[in-house]
Amino acid sequence: MPILEGKELRIVGFLCNWCSYGGADTAGVGRFKQPTDLRVIKVPCSGRIDPLFIVKTLMSGADGVLVSGCHPRDCHYTEGNFYARRRLEMLKRFLPIMGIDAKRFEYTWVSASEGQRWQEVVTKFTEQIHELGPAPKIAGADAEETLKLMEAAL
Amino acid sequence: MQNLKDLKEQIRKALPELDVVIGWTGGYDPLHATPHFIRRDEDIDKLQVNALCVHNLATYLPALRGKKVGIVVKGCDSRSVVELLQENLIDRAGVTIFGFGCNGVVDQTKIRRIVGDVGNIDSCEISGSDVTVSASGAEHKLPLGDVLADKCATCRYPNAVLSDHFAGEEVTTTATFEDGYKDVVEFEEKPVEEKFGFWLKEMDRCIRCYACRNACPLCVCRDHCVAQSRDPHWLSQEAHVRDKWMFQVIHAYHLAGRCTECGECQRACPVDIPILLFKKKMNKEIKEVFDYEAGIDPEATPPLMTFKTEEDKIRERKW
Ligand code: SF4
Ligand code: SF4
Repeated sequence: MPILEGKELRIVGFLCNWCSYGGADTAGVGRFKQPTDLRVIKVPCSGRIDPLFIVKTLMSGADGVLVSGCHPRDCHYTEGNFYARRRLEMLKRFLPIMGIDAKRFEYTWVSASEGQRWQEVVTKFTEQIHELGPAPKIAGADAEETLKLMEAAL
Repeated sequence: MQNLKDLKEQIRKALPELDVVIGWTGGYDPLHATPHFIRRDEDIDKLQVNALCVHNLATYLPALRGKKVGIVVKGCDSRSVVELLQENLIDRAGVTIFGFGCNGVVDQTKIRRIVGDVGNIDSCEISGSDVTVSASGAEHKLPLGDVLADKCATCRYPNAVLSDHFAGEEVTTTATFEDGYKDVVEFEEKPVEEKFGFWLKEMDRCIRCYACRNACPLCVCRDHCVAQSRDPHWLSQEAHVRDKWMFQVIHAYHLAGRCTECGECQRACPVDIPILLFKKKMNKEIKEVFDYEAGIDPEATPPLMTFKTEEDKIRERKW
């Protein structure tokens, strides 16, 4: 049995190639201690992130999703993150009506030089997800199985 | 409608310049109206405009681009036309809008729930405040208010917001924005697990017929819909509750800042899934953050298709 079984939750991070991925790399090079729950998906720009990626990730079993891009005004493509900001803000506000806690999703900006900041973001977000615990998972093709599981958990 | 005569006259005058005028006429039974494509003078006489004319005819417009099309619109439908203009999906010069003031349309589901068997309708009379339905030999007198679509009870735009010809008097309304979103606020207050469970159960009934998508005037991708695309492969073809739910979220998202709440998606759903709630939620947030409503100003840009360097209402999160 893997030693981390039961201790880790599944968190997916969408990071932009230019700033935040670089920031995470800086944190790694600086050997800053980080929680291990996050799985990173590198995208060319935060503007490339369709909010539906995040919905799909959450509906497919992730317990939390973190999006990080370049600070506003620092986008490699000038305005990608300005569009992203609007879309992601809407997502954050939309999730609760689906029955998904809005705290399971956060978006933020981290630049390539901010290794320290990256460490803080990942640590705090991971703590936040651990506080919430595992997200309800859609178990079978029909609603029934999931509903049974949910009832048992409550 | 009181001024059906005026409307017909307006259409008669405009018809020689147009390829087609889209309105409504009697459907397969007295309880239903159906879209009606007017090409000749004699078609005009069959035009019907009353509380049974539920369809939002704007849904036909993008496919008819390039033709000279006339369209009869209620207030809500006119907003769809405006939104299509905003997004350059139709041309202003190509559409002639026949607007009127609407007093509300019926929700067939509500009628079905009260009348029961609607398989055999003998007649349906609509007076000022009542609908009288005779079905399977029994007569039912229903107060119109009880069977109006929910959207009509809180409608703020009963009159066509944009029209070339307007028939009859304008309808007045006192409804506010907040009135229209009470159901959203109420639902939001439920515990998070309850909401999750609610949608699971509702979405389980979905038969993936895509009637919701096809009825939507702003679902314009048609043959290129992600629901059927294998590249990208957003959804499998399985009848999995996750895919069905995901599809509705896709619909709500692709309509973010564009949906005018005509309610056609929910009306068209054969299994009565309350999918309008997703779209209303999005609109409520769009209004709060961008102070924007879709389909009012033909010159405006939907908020998710643009940005501001300094957003007024989006706060940077502190970490
Ligand atoms: S999503 Fe529904 S309510 Fe919104 S425009 Fe489309 S059909 Fe109308
Ligand atoms: S109309 Fe209803 S049943 Fe058909 S695909 Fe849409 S939600 Fe599903």
